[in-house]
Amino acid sequence: MTDLTKLHEAVLNGDAKTAVAVTKEALDSGVDPMVLVTQYMVPAMDEVGRRFECEEYFVPELLLAARAMKGSLELIRPLLAARGAEPVGRVVIGTVKGDLHDIGKNLVSSMLEGAGFEVTDLGADVPPEKFVAAAKEKNADIVALSALLTVTMPMMKTTIAAIEDAGIRDSVKVIVGGAPVTEQYAREIGADGYSDNAGGAVQLARSLLKKKAA
Amino acid sequence: MNPDNAMHPTIRQLLAAGPVVTDGAWGTQLQASGLEPGHCPDAWNLLNPAKVEDVARAYVEAGSRIILTNTFRSNRLALSGYGLADKVAELNRAGAEISLRAASGRALVFASIGPSGKMLMTGETTEEELLAAFDEQAQALAAGGAHGLVVETMSDLAEAVIAVRAAKQTGLPVVVSMVFDSGKNKDRTMMGQTPQQCAAELAEAGADAIGANCGRGIAGYLPVCASLAAATPLPVWIKANAGLPEIIGGRLAYQDTPEQFASFAPALIDAGAKFIGGCCGTTPDFIRALVQRVSG
Repeated sequence: MTDLTKLHEAVLNGDAKTAVAVTKEALDSGVDPMVLVTQYMVPAMDEVGRRFECEEYFVPELLLAARAMKGSLELIRPLLAARGAEPVGRVVIGTVKGDLHDIGKNLVSSMLEGAGFEVTDLGADVPPEKFVAAAKEKNADIVALSALLTVTMPMMKTTIAAIEDAGIRDSVKVIVGGAPVTEQYAREIGADGYSDNAGGAVQLARSLLKKKAA
Repeated sequence: MNPDNAMHPTIRQLLAAGPVVTDGAWGTQLQASGLEPGHCPDAWNLLNPAKVEDVARAYVEAGSRIILTNTFRSNRLALSGYGLADKVAELNRAGAEISLRAASGRALVFASIGPSGKMLMTGETTEEELLAAFDEQAQALAAGGAHGLVVETMSDLAEAVIAVRAAKQTGLPVVVSMVFDSGKNKDRTMMGQTPQQCAAELAEAGADAIGANCGRGIAGYLPVCASLAAATPLPVWIKANAGLPEIIGGRLAYQDTPEQFASFAPALIDAGAKFIGGCCGTTPDFIRALVQRVSG
């Protein structure tokens, strides 16, 4: 019998090797892959997010945990897909046009993937029309915009306007983040949510999906 | 070892008469003279050198004894994002020359080397690639006549160590400055490193001065400055932001006044700072106010 708490621990400690080994063993012995994800891995990533938010964990711990999570998910995803299981939600993410910074965006992207979202990462310097096209194509629930520069922040507003013009504003939630971005700014430009850290972004994405479903 | 004997002669001469005021922000100043958002500020070294020189000269006239250069992004990795990777030598050389012209002997020019924007830990770049990129930039800045080099705004100690090693190859004095904006007390780098860890590894890599810049307003710098000063005999370099940006009429604005900002200078000097200047949001007025406080 596989000790599944080891999977929780391995994700929490960013130990990809153990995470993958325990996952494999559990799947081989017939454990439901959904159980692994919802009862062990997602709670572990939530704890990683919480520790990051409390600034007990730093970027290296976050990246290692996300890597461990990803390793396990690579084994699990095909099984879930075969059953026709849907992802938690679909996110299109990118750094806005004119801004080449992608470290923060990459962290959020990893954390969302770790939380079971299907993430389409458009990279950095992404023009508004590309966000719109990807959101339509992927049938996205959430569009996540990042900016690190005060001078590129207005491009978030421009991107939201493009989403409105494309007629899909009601079907997607827009979340924003990045060093100079504030809650107040997010409200001013009509975003649906803001987080100042990668763990918080996952919580935000989940709560927006609940609202959407309600 | 007596640190005074080990001190780089340029740094020793600068500090002979007490703490030194450096310069303020460049990017925000260039935007004020018409640089479009999203355009590479460093490209103006070739496209609009007179405007860049105006920024540099304004700091010299405000009383900066060290001015930096408009070369923060001019390493191959950062420039490649703008499609300018083939301009490393030209942009750095021009950047150094512009600041030297503006200084015209009244200030020293310490040329700016910023981060690559790539992460070592995720495999986006390698140590070899970083070393080659920083070496190429440092050599071009030295060829342009810079008096010193400033490796600044570094969030990852591992990258900063590589940049310092490359910069030291020029024989110029090398300042290295980290961003401490993470952790419960905002005294860690993004990667979780403490001032003590940074001071130890950067001194080992050959840094001639160690400091902190960007990330937060000047009030938050007192504990980090004291930690750095306690951790190393090397001179401490501090460049704080003009407070936190706030939205005024739909635009972001930094809220500290030059006088508020400069009022922290005596406490920073007490905490061990030897070089003081400003980062994001600071202007020549901030430097004038600092000069008054520091020399007054």
